Amino acid sequence: MQFLRQVLTIAAKDLRAEIRTKEAVNSSLAFAVVILLLFSFAFDAFEDTTKEMAGGLLWIVFAFAGTLILNRSFARELPNDCLDALISAPVSGAALFLGKALGNFMLVLAVELISLPVFGIFANVHWTEQFWQLMLVLVLGTWGMTVVGTVFSALTVNIRLREVMLPMLTYPILVPALMGAMQLSLPLVQGKPIGPDTVMWLKMLIGFDVMYTAVSLLLVETVLVG
Amino acid sequence: MRDYILYGLGAVAAYLVARDIIVIAGLPREASQGAIFKIIFFHVPVAMTAMLCSFAALIGSVMFLLTKNFKYDALAVAVTEVGLAFLAANLVTGSIWARVIWGIWWAWDARLTSALVCWLLYAGYLTLRRAIEEPTQRATFAAVFSIFAFIDVPIVIFSIKWWRTQHPQPVFWGGGSIPRDWYAVAGWNWLAMILLGVVLTAIRLRQEQSQREIDSLRRMAHAL
Amino acid sequence: MDAVAAEGVWKFYGDFPALRDVQLAAPAGSCLALIGRNGAGKTTLLRTIAGFSHPGRGRILINGKPPRETDTRRHMGFIGHGISVYDELSALENLMLYGRLYGLADPRKSALAWLERTGLERVRDGLVREFSRGMRQRLAVARAFLHEPSVLLLDEPFTALDDRAIAVLQTLLRQALNDGRTIVLSTHQLREALELASHVALLNRGQVAFHGPCTPEMVADPGFVYARYGEG
Repeated sequence: MQFLRQVLTIAAKDLRAEIRTKEAVNSSLAFAVVILLLFSFAFDAFEDTTKEMAGGLLWIVFAFAGTLILNRSFARELPNDCLDALISAPVSGAALFLGKALGNFMLVLAVELISLPVFGIFANVHWTEQFWQLMLVLVLGTWGMTVVGTVFSALTVNIRLREVMLPMLTYPILVPALMGAMQLSLPLVQGKPIGPDTVMWLKMLIGFDVMYTAVSLLLVETVLVG
Repeated sequence: MRDYILYGLGAVAAYLVARDIIVIAGLPREASQGAIFKIIFFHVPVAMTAMLCSFAALIGSVMFLLTKNFKYDALAVAVTEVGLAFLAANLVTGSIWARVIWGIWWAWDARLTSALVCWLLYAGYLTLRRAIEEPTQRATFAAVFSIFAFIDVPIVIFSIKWWRTQHPQPVFWGGGSIPRDWYAVAGWNWLAMILLGVVLTAIRLRQEQSQREIDSLRRMAHAL
Repeated sequence: MDAVAAEGVWKFYGDFPALRDVQLAAPAGSCLALIGRNGAGKTTLLRTIAGFSHPGRGRILINGKPPRETDTRRHMGFIGHGISVYDELSALENLMLYGRLYGLADPRKSALAWLERTGLERVRDGLVREFSRGMRQRLAVARAFLHEPSVLLLDEPFTALDDRAIAVLQTLLRQALNDGRTIVLSTHQLREALELASHVALLNRGQVAFHGPCTPEMVADPGFVYARYGEG
């Protein structure tokens, strides 16, 4: 019970601080819109081939915009040495990690949900037709991205070139999750439900999420204290 | 590792490779692909050696986290660098093959694509190390990342294979892998590659040890 | 059982020993002042005691238990170089956050009480980024004392404090000692520290050069310890 309280306290703290300053969310949203815009220049929205790859492009937008938020995750503990206070508090590494991951997850999801209508307009796709299945993929894919991104945010918080290191380490690890999310989103965004040939990706995505959540919970204390 | 052992292993590796090249050149041409098919004698063994290296890196990383002994960290970095070189050789031989057979330098074949992602993972490991000054922190963080990377390898291979079966592309080896009666040559070459890997790792380990000594001497000098 | 004990502690950065066979103990209710030149290892030792990293060899015991245990952390307070409070949150929100993390029965009540003791009750809803330096420092002190820790570890607490903050901190520390709490502080400001200290330890290049009670001579002439036990 204490564990859950601590997780929620930390998540609430991050969300409250972010809502006040809106630094990460604003830049993330702006970035997402800019990428969508650039895609519109690169691809013709009226071509069928573009509609067929729109689901994949969507996750490129989410991955890049999400990194901006994930980067802030442990970086926001650096000013004033707040990370010291968190580590010396009677909070387990697992609770600290889950709290941060939860906060990040909600922020990234918020950015994604706001970007979706913009995406729908620019790419000219009716993404609402398979709304709940798309939401499921969004949640699973975003959690995978968040878990790995949060652990690596802790890993890179004190090192040189943090902003460059985080995406460089995270994206290769996320290849399977992003691929799965993309393969699932490709038909969903065009209104086709998840079928027997794509359901495998769903299982893989769930497996990825479970596996990396477990590994992260195990190793986060080592990253924070050594 | 003693010098003479190292030289010995290196000589054996060099001899094996030379002998293999002669034997391979003498083998008959493969039916559908011609002479270029023989690149498989290097393409496959370097990939398998790279996998061994990745497993050794995992062992080194886990042992370091458990014991905090730097010799395991040295093992992890040495074996990762060597593995990276072998993976690169795999990518290059695969690319040459694609160019000869299909006229394109890269064809998103499942195995090559997986090798590319694994290469990026382990290149990330080395870049991470470079970004951390303090040796204990560097070893710890690198070990954690190495564990994440190793777990990812099978997931990556599986996903990409599944992706390629959904969107089939021309398959590389034209339905053939190494013909039965060529297994012996392939086996010898694999042994040669492993020996080469061991020699390179040993050299790198020695260099890493010297570097650590220099670093700590420097710190002591600063403290005086 | 000593409140804080370092037993044969070595700390390595790579192969370089930043702490060498450190043997120290602070009995319950005492105040140990860690002095030494820059680079002697005071911060490293304090942070190792606080559990921010593990010693390479030897061990740290706080009330007989390792520093990383949850129960130990609940009764330990640490002030480092930073103030460890969030700029984007208000003073009250900051303290309530820590109150919840430390599992206090009534975080709000404790937070308000400590805001009052540090003279910040009037700005309790102000965001920390708007505070003056002195106010931020007082909030840092409130944060460290909030959960009534029995062991306080302070890294150069008097450095960069204004007079008001120094006065507040000294009062609180004296009170803490009267309550039987244990304090270990590292310092350059010998005078303020030695007035509070019951024991002194001099660190020199990672080793303990001197460890003993704080005598009136030391308080009268702080440089005395360096001269006698430090190297030139």
